[in-house]
Amino acid sequence: MLIDKGLTLFGRYIILMGRAFSRPERIRMFAKQYVKEMSSLGVNSIGIVLLISFFIGAVICIQMKLNIQSPWMPRWVSGYTTREIMLLEFSSSIMCLILAGKVGSNIASELGTMRVTQQIDALEIMGVNSAGYLIMPKILGLVTLMPFLVIFSSATGILGAYGTAYIGNILSPEDLTLGLQHNFTPWFVWMSIIKSLFFAFIISSVSSFYGYTVEGGSVEVGKASTNAVVCSSVLILFSDVFLTKLLS
Amino acid sequence: MIEINHLYKSFGDKEVLKDISATFENGKTNLIIGQSGSGKTVLVKNLVGLLDPTSGEVLYDGRNFVLMDKNEKVAMRREMGMIFQSAALFDSLNVLENVMFPLDMFSSMNYRERMKRAQECLARVNLIDAEKKFPDEISGGMQKRVAIARAIALNPKYLFCDEPNSGLDPKTSLVIDELLHGITHEFNITTIINTHDMNSVMGIGEKIIYIYEGKKEWEGKSSDIMMSTNEKLTDFVFASDLLKKMKQNEMEKMRRNNS
Repeated sequence: MLIDKGLTLFGRYIILMGRAFSRPERIRMFAKQYVKEMSSLGVNSIGIVLLISFFIGAVICIQMKLNIQSPWMPRWVSGYTTREIMLLEFSSSIMCLILAGKVGSNIASELGTMRVTQQIDALEIMGVNSAGYLIMPKILGLVTLMPFLVIFSSATGILGAYGTAYIGNILSPEDLTLGLQHNFTPWFVWMSIIKSLFFAFIISSVSSFYGYTVEGGSVEVGKASTNAVVCSSVLILFSDVFLTKLLS
Repeated sequence: MIEINHLYKSFGDKEVLKDISATFENGKTNLIIGQSGSGKTVLVKNLVGLLDPTSGEVLYDGRNFVLMDKNEKVAMRREMGMIFQSAALFDSLNVLENVMFPLDMFSSMNYRERMKRAQECLARVNLIDAEKKFPDEISGGMQKRVAIARAIALNPKYLFCDEPNSGLDPKTSLVIDELLHGITHEFNITTIINTHDMNSVMGIGEKIIYIYEGKKEWEGKSSDIMMSTNEKLTDFVFASDLLKKMKQNEMEKMRRNNS
């Protein structure tokens, strides 16, 4: 029964994605929507990404210094672990989990409200492929902007770590710099970006699916929004395991 | 002209539309009336393709809409305009952008021409001053007028209205009715209005179809309603005491005139 329901849901998702990724009626209108979605989903998320990353970077650095650093450890260990955590997990996976809450609920509630207020029906009556017009720009917009968010997040996290070094005097900036530069593997940056592209697709497509397929009223829009966040988060966690194994 | 032949629609075991056949002519305001839950909205949704009928035909000037493939239906829909019960304006766009939307999407006009056409449509519904406002900044009646302007932007051949007067005061309803009636005659559109507003029925109904429990119960003009002996229809149309008295007075007048 559960498998049957899951397969039905997955089938409906695939059909919707098939409709969403069809040729736009007007490239000019698509481009306009694409830019608008990049702004509303990506650019508008920069603030929260920077804020969270700065403080998490600072906290990771403090925790590493207080809990791992010892006379037996090399002095670069705090900086090194802070960099690895930020780059490999926080800026890609955890940041995407946070964005699943912010962006995912935004997408699901916007499309859900459009559905219940018949705006999607109005598009269909005009002969517009509503899925293509509404969903594709959201997916492409978020996928385009996500690598930038990941880079900003990593950079701000490291800035936060330096904040603890300079302001908090938790560790010396020289030790932190040494750790940040120690055994740096450029592939990890790419790994983080590749993972975030998958996660951006999951967040935008799953949330769009839940929002677009709402039936009923405002209560259902709320439920769809919750389901979108829960489902995106679970899928991000599952795919993180596979992607980490695959890309490491 | 739109023709419906033996249209049925079921949801699971529940049969909502039962053998409905009707003809809606060009340049006339055709009204579908009936109680809430009688199947009016389902009928209109079947006509525009938002729902697929279980069986039957929907012919647009002889072209069977039910048998069309997806692309043909999309092309056909560009000849249709629809006004929804909730107006269904795009809330991220202002009034002018809402009216320009179908033009932006489907017309080959340049920006100035599109803007001019949208302003003409807004002028037709007396809303030229509100073009920069957003849907949530205007009243329900104004929203309906914007929806009418948007629906006529591409000069549709067929216009569908799902309860255009719901939630409006009688005076605003009258404005909307007059607009729809005027536009229908001006542009020779086949207009189908789904309503249970009796002022609309008596005011602009050139052809009326009464749906009762999913079946076509009665068909005629607004002037025929007074004389109709169909109990279900008269119970529905003259439901209030005021309307019952009005009907009695009208009948007495007619009797006096005849004698």
